[in-house]
Amino acid sequence: MTDQHVDILIIGAGPAGLAAAIAAREAGVESILILEREKEPGGILRQCIHNGFGLHRFSEELTGPEYAKRDVDHVRQLGIPVRCGATVLSVSPDRTVTCVSPEFGFSRISAGAVVLAMGCRERPRGTLCTPGTRCAGIYSAGTAQRFVNLEGYMPGRRVVILGSGDIGLIMARRMTLQGAKVLACVEIMPYSSGLNRNIVQCLEDYGIPLYLSHTVTDIHGRERLSGVTVSRVDENRMPVPGSEIRFDCDTLLLSCGLIPENELSQGAGVELSPLTSGPVVSETLETSVPGIFACGNVLHVHDLVDHVSSESFRAGRAAAAFVRASSPPAPVFAVKDGPGVRGTVPQKISARPAEDVSLMFRPDDVYRNAAAVVECGGAEILRKKAMIYTPGEMAVLTLKKEVFENLPDKVITVRMEGEKQHG
Amino acid sequence: MIQSENMFQSDILIAGAGITGVSLARELSRYDVSVTVLDRGEDIAEGATKANSGIVHAGYDAKPGTAKAKYNVLGAAMFPSLCDELSVPYRKCGALVIGFDDKDRQTLEDLLQRGRRNGVKNLRLLSREEALSAEPSLNPEITCALDVPESAIVSPYELAYAMADDAALNGVRFLFDQEIRSVSADPGSGWRITTARGDLFRCKVFINCAGASGAALHNMISDQPLQMTHRRGQYYLLDRSPAQPFTRTIFQCPSAMGKGVLVTQSVHGNLLLGPNAEDIDDPLDTATTAEGLASVLARAARTWPKLSVRSNITNFSGVRAHLSSDDFQIGPVPDAPGAFEAIGIESPGLSSAPAVAVDLAGAVASFLSLRKKENLVPPRRPPKPFHDMTDEERAEAVRSDPAYGNIVCRCEVVTEAEIREALRRPVGARSVDGVKRRTRAGMGRCQGGFCSPRVAQIIAEETGIPLRSVTKCGGESLLLVDTVESFLKGGAGND
Amino acid sequence: MDKIITCINCPVGCRMTVTLSDAGAFVSVSGNTCPRGAKYAEQECTRPLRVVTAVLPVPGSETPLSVKTSSPVPKELIPEIMRLMGNVSVSLPVAVGDVVVPNVLQTGADIVATRELFSL
Repeated sequence: MTDQHVDILIIGAGPAGLAAAIAAREAGVESILILEREKEPGGILRQCIHNGFGLHRFSEELTGPEYAKRDVDHVRQLGIPVRCGATVLSVSPDRTVTCVSPEFGFSRISAGAVVLAMGCRERPRGTLCTPGTRCAGIYSAGTAQRFVNLEGYMPGRRVVILGSGDIGLIMARRMTLQGAKVLACVEIMPYSSGLNRNIVQCLEDYGIPLYLSHTVTDIHGRERLSGVTVSRVDENRMPVPGSEIRFDCDTLLLSCGLIPENELSQGAGVELSPLTSGPVVSETLETSVPGIFACGNVLHVHDLVDHVSSESFRAGRAAAAFVRASSPPAPVFAVKDGPGVRGTVPQKISARPAEDVSLMFRPDDVYRNAAAVVECGGAEILRKKAMIYTPGEMAVLTLKKEVFENLPDKVITVRMEGEKQHG
Repeated sequence: MIQSENMFQSDILIAGAGITGVSLARELSRYDVSVTVLDRGEDIAEGATKANSGIVHAGYDAKPGTAKAKYNVLGAAMFPSLCDELSVPYRKCGALVIGFDDKDRQTLEDLLQRGRRNGVKNLRLLSREEALSAEPSLNPEITCALDVPESAIVSPYELAYAMADDAALNGVRFLFDQEIRSVSADPGSGWRITTARGDLFRCKVFINCAGASGAALHNMISDQPLQMTHRRGQYYLLDRSPAQPFTRTIFQCPSAMGKGVLVTQSVHGNLLLGPNAEDIDDPLDTATTAEGLASVLARAARTWPKLSVRSNITNFSGVRAHLSSDDFQIGPVPDAPGAFEAIGIESPGLSSAPAVAVDLAGAVASFLSLRKKENLVPPRRPPKPFHDMTDEERAEAVRSDPAYGNIVCRCEVVTEAEIREALRRPVGARSVDGVKRRTRAGMGRCQGGFCSPRVAQIIAEETGIPLRSVTKCGGESLLLVDTVESFLKGGAGND
Repeated sequence: MDKIITCINCPVGCRMTVTLSDAGAFVSVSGNTCPRGAKYAEQECTRPLRVVTAVLPVPGSETPLSVKTSSPVPKELIPEIMRLMGNVSVSLPVAVGDVVVPNVLQTGADIVATRELFSL
């Protein structure tokens, strides 16, 4: 027995959930509810106070809060309810959602369609098994970002950053601007997974050295961090004895990867891909459970919020089509990762897609003057050349919907053609 | 307990608020006597008690006739009703000790005999096929196994907190951040104890339950000095998962250094790998090391060939106190009348603690001719964790207290109501780690990445301190150094 | 005198060689693959510009105010701008776009609010 029924229930009021809601309303669905666990909508963008958002979508460079405000205001203007302070506890395969909030108590809501837009979490130290003490002063970069940008507190004075992904680079600059000293950014791979603009504007601008092919191999400090030991690593990413450098610092920020948050999805019986850690979806972004859709970082970790928005608009339209019983029949094409490609989304495509299909993936290395190639049954259906493909930037290949009318086979492969920079 | 300036007086003073000390304090709280417990740490269970495997051993491993053997079997039998009474998670999941060759087979037979002599029930040798059928994820190279249905798992620190709360409700006073500097005989009778904070304690009976500091305290009062080895053990803690490789705790054959690396579920459904055993100089050095962790993995892989630490969420280590006698040292200190001790408490210390407490409390009660209290305050019945509630129970909880509607730790589903409750207990949490171990907030897959700002805020509110004074685990372990404002104004910036 | 810089306009990140005069003035650039790169190189070597974003405390609000410069400002002024932020006083309420410091350090750029904060 449920307290309430809505046509479309969206979990998360970050950029993904907000965009899905807007698209679903614009497709004509009236009954929509967004559940958001924070006190305000906007998602992770609330704490991303740096600029660089919206260049593709708005042709403007906005800060995170400004980008979020556009969609928050639009959702408000459309009259779509957002229940803040509400945490979803479970999603069932038959699309019943339980959630709890101080204001509304315990609710059980049935939905015509559910859109999963829960975003992702950061890898903690334990996934790296970094030895040493377990003292105060070790944070994931996002937690430190929350303290500084939303709570108004500095987590430390002398900082080392492990991981040169964008969050780590952004926090290197943030901590420096706000008055701390950032001693180094340490990256285990021989290249940074962050954007070049961030290397320049976050590290080089402030004279912060980037140690590639290095990692933290020991952590010191009984109660509060007093220092870390950094070592060079070999081609197998194993520490090289004798290469140790000691940094005296009171703060270690970890920026070692993001993991889509799919605990609720698993509870709903949604099939997850081990490559993306997100749901397996068709081009409509429907998961393996009918009527449950996924978009944004919960589906796969994005770099550009503009892509989150366009993906989520698609999910919103598809959820709307589902509740009006006008979804396409079951997908027939399987999309596979070929050499050089990791985690292509969507993994399945319908016989007759209603819209052009965007295939998104990350290359497994840096490729210069290379091509991404889409093949089916030995025939090449798309080739996209570019000066650079890099793991730090998700690649998007758009296939016109007409292409799917005459494909020779049911398996579509995406692969890279060209030389890997790091082999 | 009378207090005068920095001088505290108490009939009984216990050094150490680990599982041994709090079990004893709880037993003594049944008597008409004042009891004070001192600990160097900021909370209960800061030493080995929070960093062990959580196994309630059946008792086949200890040599017959030793204190270890006696107290293990007696103590283990007390756990089911004790944990039920105190609402502490406990589960009798059973264990297997696996063997790979004839030497191991002989060892297992010795353990079987030993166990029977110690009074352990239902021990049985299994064939390779029986063992693999019971636990299909085991290494197929095993040749034999010892079945130990009586082996159980418990949450060691939750037990310690519950015992401390119970003791406090019955008059025991716990004082933290009190590292003992000296213990000397008081002219007249009794003992004088000074602490690093400059406080002076006087008592009639002094009881040493100081874990890794046990020998140091013993040597302050006895002319028969003890040598203690500090044995560190490191662990992997894997994420909770419905698909566990093993139902039972899996031991390898024990060696001179201890029971060896085990693979076990924790009572909350995580998987634990460890510990190794290395002797170290500094009893407080609980760092993990690359070598130690690698050695745990290598040995755990022998039990579980498909071992994967992909879902590892944290590593930790604990330091155990080992005496050269290879046994507990429990009872009156022979050349120090009025001093008692329960030291050298390594495995099976957790399993033994309730039984050690009964015996030692009895000895102290005789020494002081104590009377039992007529009325005891019954143990707290804490509310069921929200995580374990049914939908109906959750709905009711939120109706009665909206703070149950605010999920603070999303990984372990811990609510604001429970976090506040943990701070308000008789021996309440005072730090982020204290909240963590009482409620599980921060013990999940994101390791506090999401909830620690929120937990810190609640701690600040409940304890009436500014946010920047909140610590991870007391002392200097501040979470934050200053406000954005201070840094911008240049007052708190770079060195 | 030659200087090597990396273009930040797109993910290619062309490594460009910039030739400067003895006085340090921009002369020419090579290695770029599009005109935006050349433009960036000239600006970077003449007077590098950056948009500055920061948080500053607001009395009466637990949440700090996030701000940005309304247009890129000379990079070398960043430390002074941050010092200035320590003395800026903002009062509630604040709307997105509110000018917190007009024409900061005569750069022509304002420091503007990027989030809204309400009065209690």
